Amino acid sequence: MTTKYAETEPRQDAVKHVGRPVDRVDGRAKTTGEARYAAEHRYPGMAHAALVHATVARGRIEAVDTEAARAVPGVIEVLTHENAPAMKPAPKTSLMNLSSLASGTTVSYLATDEVHWNGQPVAVVVAETPETARHAASLVRVAYRELPAVVDFAAEEPNASPQKSSVLQPAGGDKGDAVAALAAAPVSVDLRFTTPPEHHNAMEPHATIAVWDGDRLTVHEGTQNIAWLRAHLAQRFGIPERAVRVLSPYVGGGFGGKGFVWAGTLLAVLAARATARPVRLALTREGVYRTVGGRTPTVQRVALGADGDGDLTALIHTSVAMTARIGGMPEGVVSSSRHLYDAATIHLRQRLVRLDLLANTAMRAPGDSVGSFALESAMDELACELGIDPIELRRRNEPERNPMDGKRFTHRMLREAYEVGAERFGWRERDPRPGSMRDGRWLVGMGVATAYHPSLTMPADVTVRLAADGAVVVRCALQEIGVGAATVQAQITADELGVPLEAVRVEIGDSELPAGPGAGGSAQTAGAAAGVLDACRKLKESALALARRAPDSPLRGRRLDDLEARDGGLYHGGRGETYAAILARAGRDHLEAGGGTGMLKFLAKTLNERRRWVKAASGAHFCEVRVDRDTGEVRVSRWLGMFDVGRVINAKTAAGQLRGGIVMGIGMALTEATQVDPRTGRIMNPSLSEYHVPVHADIPRIDVHWLDEPDPTMPLGLLGIGEVGITGVAAAVANAVRHATGKRVLDLPITLDKLL
Amino acid sequence: MKPFAYVKPADVAGAVRAVSDEPGAKFLGGGTNLVDLMREGVERPDTVVDVTGLPLDTVDQLPGGGLRIGAMVRNSSLAADERVRARYPMLSQAILAGASAQLRNMATVGGNLLQRTRCPYFYDPAAACNKREPGGGCDALGGFNRSHAVLGVSGSCIAAHPSDMCVALAALDAVIEVESVRGTRRIPMTGFHRLPGDTPEIETELAPDELVTAVELPPAPFAARSRYRKVRDRASYAFALVSVAAALEVRDGAVTAARLALGGLAAKPWRAHEAERILLGGPASEESFARAAEAELAGADVRPGNAFKVHLARATIVATLRELNTGKGTA
Amino acid sequence: MRVNGAAESLDVEPWVSLLDALRDRLGVTGPKKGCDQGACGACTVLADGVRINACLALAVQYDGKEITTIEGLATGDDLHPLQAAFIRHDGLQCGYCTPGQICSAVAMLAEHRAGMPSAVTERSGELDEAEIRERMSGNLCRCGAYNGIVDAIKDVAGQEAR
Ligand SMILES: Cc1cc2nc3c(=O)[nH]c(=O)nc-3n(C[C@H](O)[C@H](O)[C@H](O)COP(=O)(O)OP(=O)(O)OC[C@H]3O[C@@H](n4cnc5c(N)ncnc54)[C@H](O)[C@@H]3O)c2cc1C
Ligand code: SF4
Ligand code: FES
Ligand code: FES
Repeated sequence: MTTKYAETEPRQDAVKHVGRPVDRVDGRAKTTGEARYAAEHRYPGMAHAALVHATVARGRIEAVDTEAARAVPGVIEVLTHENAPAMKPAPKTSLMNLSSLASGTTVSYLATDEVHWNGQPVAVVVAETPETARHAASLVRVAYRELPAVVDFAAEEPNASPQKSSVLQPAGGDKGDAVAALAAAPVSVDLRFTTPPEHHNAMEPHATIAVWDGDRLTVHEGTQNIAWLRAHLAQRFGIPERAVRVLSPYVGGGFGGKGFVWAGTLLAVLAARATARPVRLALTREGVYRTVGGRTPTVQRVALGADGDGDLTALIHTSVAMTARIGGMPEGVVSSSRHLYDAATIHLRQRLVRLDLLANTAMRAPGDSVGSFALESAMDELACELGIDPIELRRRNEPERNPMDGKRFTHRMLREAYEVGAERFGWRERDPRPGSMRDGRWLVGMGVATAYHPSLTMPADVTVRLAADGAVVVRCALQEIGVGAATVQAQITADELGVPLEAVRVEIGDSELPAGPGAGGSAQTAGAAAGVLDACRKLKESALALARRAPDSPLRGRRLDDLEARDGGLYHGGRGETYAAILARAGRDHLEAGGGTGMLKFLAKTLNERRRWVKAASGAHFCEVRVDRDTGEVRVSRWLGMFDVGRVINAKTAAGQLRGGIVMGIGMALTEATQVDPRTGRIMNPSLSEYHVPVHADIPRIDVHWLDEPDPTMPLGLLGIGEVGITGVAAAVANAVRHATGKRVLDLPITLDKLL
Repeated sequence: MKPFAYVKPADVAGAVRAVSDEPGAKFLGGGTNLVDLMREGVERPDTVVDVTGLPLDTVDQLPGGGLRIGAMVRNSSLAADERVRARYPMLSQAILAGASAQLRNMATVGGNLLQRTRCPYFYDPAAACNKREPGGGCDALGGFNRSHAVLGVSGSCIAAHPSDMCVALAALDAVIEVESVRGTRRIPMTGFHRLPGDTPEIETELAPDELVTAVELPPAPFAARSRYRKVRDRASYAFALVSVAAALEVRDGAVTAARLALGGLAAKPWRAHEAERILLGGPASEESFARAAEAELAGADVRPGNAFKVHLARATIVATLRELNTGKGTA
Repeated sequence: MRVNGAAESLDVEPWVSLLDALRDRLGVTGPKKGCDQGACGACTVLADGVRINACLALAVQYDGKEITTIEGLATGDDLHPLQAAFIRHDGLQCGYCTPGQICSAVAMLAEHRAGMPSAVTERSGELDEAEIRERMSGNLCRCGAYNGIVDAIKDVAGQEAR
C-alpha cells in the first residue's frame, strides 16, 4: 500500500477506525459467491422476460406479428403496444420532489406505436425459461413506417441551442471581455476537441425481478437510488410508495448507469402485472446499450490567452453536448473552467443539440470528466507555446478565490498536490523536449493534469440501535456499488460510539430501511455520515440521560461534550461507564436513535452554502506513457495521483475508488467510444468485445496518495471520492502523448491511427 | 438461440455421417464462436454435431520433421507444445496473442480455422449484410469499417478474417486435412479461405459436410527464427488491427529465406507472396523491407475508416522484419 | 456432472449454457454473467481444473466433467488463500467480477506452474506483474480493482513459492 495510513500504524491504545485501511465487511460474501445480485433470486413460478428492440430511429409501428413467437412452447405472453396494460406517464420534473428526476426517458413504453430511438423496446416476451424468451423475442416481426430522424451528433452541431441554467448548474457566464483579451494576448492557443459517447459498462448488466402480491410490489434490482426507484415505480403503477419494496443489497457496479429508471425495470414490473407471475428481466449486454443511456458526446473549444510570463489573460471554453427529444441530462461540460484558473477574463457557454437517440445520462463525473480533458489539454498546449513547465503554468494561475465570482474556497490544496506529487513521481527527470525520452522502441512521455470535482452531500435518515449485549445496528437504505458503503459507516459508528468495529452491523440496500441518499454525485458517504453522526450523538445523549438519573453513576453531572466515547461506553478521563452498565442499571435492553435532516432544511442549507463557498475534491495526475515508434500503440506505464479529498475514512476503499476512476479515465483516454451509426442512430458496438474497456494488461501500478486535510464544512471533513479520480485523466494521457510524440491529439479516444 | 438437436459422435465416421444426413447441421468445437453466433441469431443450425469427443486431440511428429496437429487440439495445448514453441515460434505466439486464456482453453484448432468475421454489421440482424443474407447489401461499406479489410475486398463485402493462428499457419504453408463421406482431401492453407467476390457467404473451400481432421505443418528450419507481431487497440484481449507473421533467414546480409503473412487486412490470412519475392535474395535492410511491404500493399482498397491500416501494416511489417534481422526491439 | 464435489444430475435442453444451467437451474450463482459472449470472464469456472468461460459452453458438452465454481474453493470456513488475499488487498469493489477473477487466478497459477507460456514470456519464467496482467486479461473489472487483484495474486504466488 502506498497510502499515508499504511505508513503509520495507529496507536494500539486508542484504535480509531476512521482513516484505517479496514477490510470490507462484505469481502467474504463477495469472494465466496454468497453475495446475491438482483438476477440471482428465485421465486416459485418465476417467468423470464426478453425485449424486442426497434430497428429504426424514429417512426410508427405499422404491424407487429407475434404469431411465431407465441407458437414457441413455453411462451406465456407477448406484450406489445396493442395489448400491454397502461403505465402512468413519467412525472414532470420538479426540484421539490427530487425523485421526479428519476425517469431515464419520458417514453410510455408499450403504450403507443411511436418509436423514438433505434433500440427502443417495442415488445416483451414472457416465457418459462430465459432461453425460450430470448428465442421467441427473435421471432417477433415488426413493420415500421419510418419518419425522418436526427441522429448524427457531428452534423447537428451547427444547430445547437443555448443550454439553460439551473439553480444547481449555471450554463455559462462571463467575466470581462475574453474575446477581446484573447485577440490581444501575446501568446494564445485556440483548440477544438471532441469526445465520443461512452457507456458505463458496469460488469453486472441491469436486471430486475418484479413480484406482485395484490397491489404490493417487490422489486429486486441493483440500483444507485433505492428511494427514487421506489417513488418512481409507485407513481408509474399508481400505488402508494409504501406498497413498493426495493431490495438492492449488492449492485454490480453503477457509475451513473443505475441512477435512473430505464425501460427494463418498468417493463419487468409491467410484465409481472400482465402475467400475474413473478418476472425476471435480465438485460443482455446488448440490451443495456440499447435501453440505458450513456455519456453524451461533446465538441468543445478552449482558447487561452496569456502574457509572456504565462499569466492567463483570457479563458474561453464552450461546448456542444446532446440530450434526446425523449429526455436526457444536460451536462456541465465547461464547469471546471469556472474554478480552476485565475484568468483575467473568462467566457463560458454550453449549447445542446436534441437528437432522436436514447437519452444520455450521468456517467462518472458528468461534465467534468470530458470538460477537464479539453481544458487541461489546452493548458498543456499553452505551456508548450510558452516554453514553461506545465506545473509552473498551473501554479502561476492558481486562484486565491473562485475566479468567476470571487467566492471563497472551503478547501484548496492544488499547489501542495502538485508539489508533493511532482517530487514523488520524479517529474524532475522529465526532459521537456518532445520525443526526447526513449526506451528501445518506445517513445516515453510524461504528462500532468488537474483533477477537480465539486463536493455535494445529500440528506440521509439513519437509525442506530445499541443493544445491551453491545451489538450495534445502523440502518440506512444505502446502495453498495463497490464503494464500501457499509464498511465506512461501520467505521464511523464504531468511532463515534467508542465500540469495536466488529460490534457494528450496517444494514443497507432495502427500501424498508430509513431513506438513504443516492449513490451519485460522490455524495453518498458524506450524506450518510452526517446522518450517522447525528444519530450517534443522539444515542449517546440518551445513554447519558439514563446514566445521569442514577445517583451512583460516575457520569452524573457531565455533559456529552466533556466525554469521550471509548471502550464501549462514555468516559471523562478515567471515569465513566459502559453502555452495558447504563442499560443494565436502567433495566433497558437497548437504546435507539435516529438522525438526519429533512429535505427542505437540507436544500435551504445547501443553497445558502453555495452562495458563499465553493468546495470540491481535487488533485494532480502524473502519468507516463510509452508510444511505439512504429505502430503508435500507446501504453500507460506509470501513474501517480496526489489528491485533496478531505478526510479519508477507509484508506483501502478510498484508494480503490480513486484508482477505479483513473482506470476508467485511461479507458476514456485510449480506447472507449460507443459507435452510433450516423445513418441509423444504431449503436454498432454493443458488446464488451467491441467496446474496449481497459483490461488488466492496460493498467500499470497506480500510486494514489492524499493530503489528508479535513474540509471544514463537510461531515467529518470528507469531500467525496467516487468521481474526482476520473477527471483530468484523459488530459494527463493526452499531454504525455504530446510529450512523447510531439502530437497533440484533440479527439478521444487516442487510438493509434491518430498517431501514425 | 434456436432449438436444435445435439449429437456427440465418438468417431470421425459417425461425425461426417451425422452432417451428411442433415443439411442444417453444423460441427461444434469449443463453441466459442458458434455458440455466440447462435445466440445472436446469426447461425441457426437444426443439428449440432459436437466433435470434441473425436480422437483427434494430439500433436504428432511426422516423418521428415513436420507436425500433424489434430483438429480437436485446444488452442492452449498447441501454443504450449514444446515442438511448436521450438520449431514454429510464430505459431505459438500467434495463438497466445489471441482471445483470452479461458477462450484458448476451449477453442479447437478446427474451430479457429472456421471462425467467422467480427464485422459488427454481420453480428446485428437489423443491419444489411451480404454475408449473413446474400443480396441484402453491405452496411459496412459506408459505415464503421475501422476493423475491416483493405486487401482482396469486393463491393459486396469488406470483412476481415479475425484469426491470429491462421496467419501463422498461412506463413508456414500448412496443409488442412478434411474428411467427408466422400473421403479425405488435403487443402493448402493459403487456398483454404476465399476472398469475398460476389459470394461473401462462402468463406472457405470446405464443403458444408466436410470435417477438418488435422493441420499438417511441413518442416521449416528457417521458422525457428520467426515472430508474430499483433497490433491492437488494447494491450490484450482484442482482435488484431494488423498482424504480421514473419520468418527471416539472413546470410551475409542477404535474405536467403523469407515468409510473411498478414492478419486483419483481408477476408483470409494474407500470404504476402509479392513481398517475399522482393525480399528473397535482396539485402536485409530497412529500405528493402519497406519496398517489400509497399509492393504487397500497393493494391489496397481503403475506406475512410480503415485507410490507416495501410500505413500501420507497412510500419508493422518493417518493424517485425527489422526485429528478426537484428534480434532487437522486442520488450 | 459434478459441481463443487457433489454429483448433480441435470436434464437440460442442449441450448442451455453451462452458465445458465449453474445459475438458473442449480442455483449456483457464484459464476456471474457479464456479457454472455466470452468477452468479460465474469463466468469463469474450472472444468476438470481448466478455466473456461461458462457462457459459451453448452451444458451438454460438459457432461461427466468436474465443475468447480467460486462456491467450491473454500474448505468449510477456511477461505482459499486467493479469496483471503483478495479481501486483504482489496482486489474488489462491487464484487461482480470477483468470482471470475478468483477462479481464473486459481487456474492461472496452476497453468504457470505447469509451464504454460503467455504472450509476455517466450519461456514462462518468473510470475512478475506483467505476466500476471497478461494472463489475467480475460477477466475484466470495470470497477478498476486491477492493482489489488494483481497484489493478491502475487501475494499467494509468493506464499506458494515459499
Ligand atoms: C471475446 C472473444 C475474443 C476473441 N479474440 C480472438 C483473437 O484475438 N484472435 C483470434 O484469433 N481469435 C479470437 N477469438 C476467436 C476464437 O479464437 C474462436 O472463437 C475460436 O478459435 C473458435 O474455436 P472453437 O473450437 O470454439 O470453434 P466453434 O465455435 O466450436 O466453431 C467455429 C466454427 O467452426 C466450425 N467447426 C468447428 N470445428 C470444426 C471442424 N473440426 N471441422 C469443420 N468445421 C468445424 C463450426 O461449425 C463453426 O462454424 C475470440 C473470441 C471471443 C469470443
Ligand atoms: S463487410 Fe461483409 S460481413 Fe460486414 S456487413 Fe458487409 S457483407 Fe456483411
Ligand atoms: S459472461 Fe462469460 S465471458 Fe462474459
Ligand atoms: S469489482 Fe466491480 S467489476 Fe470488478
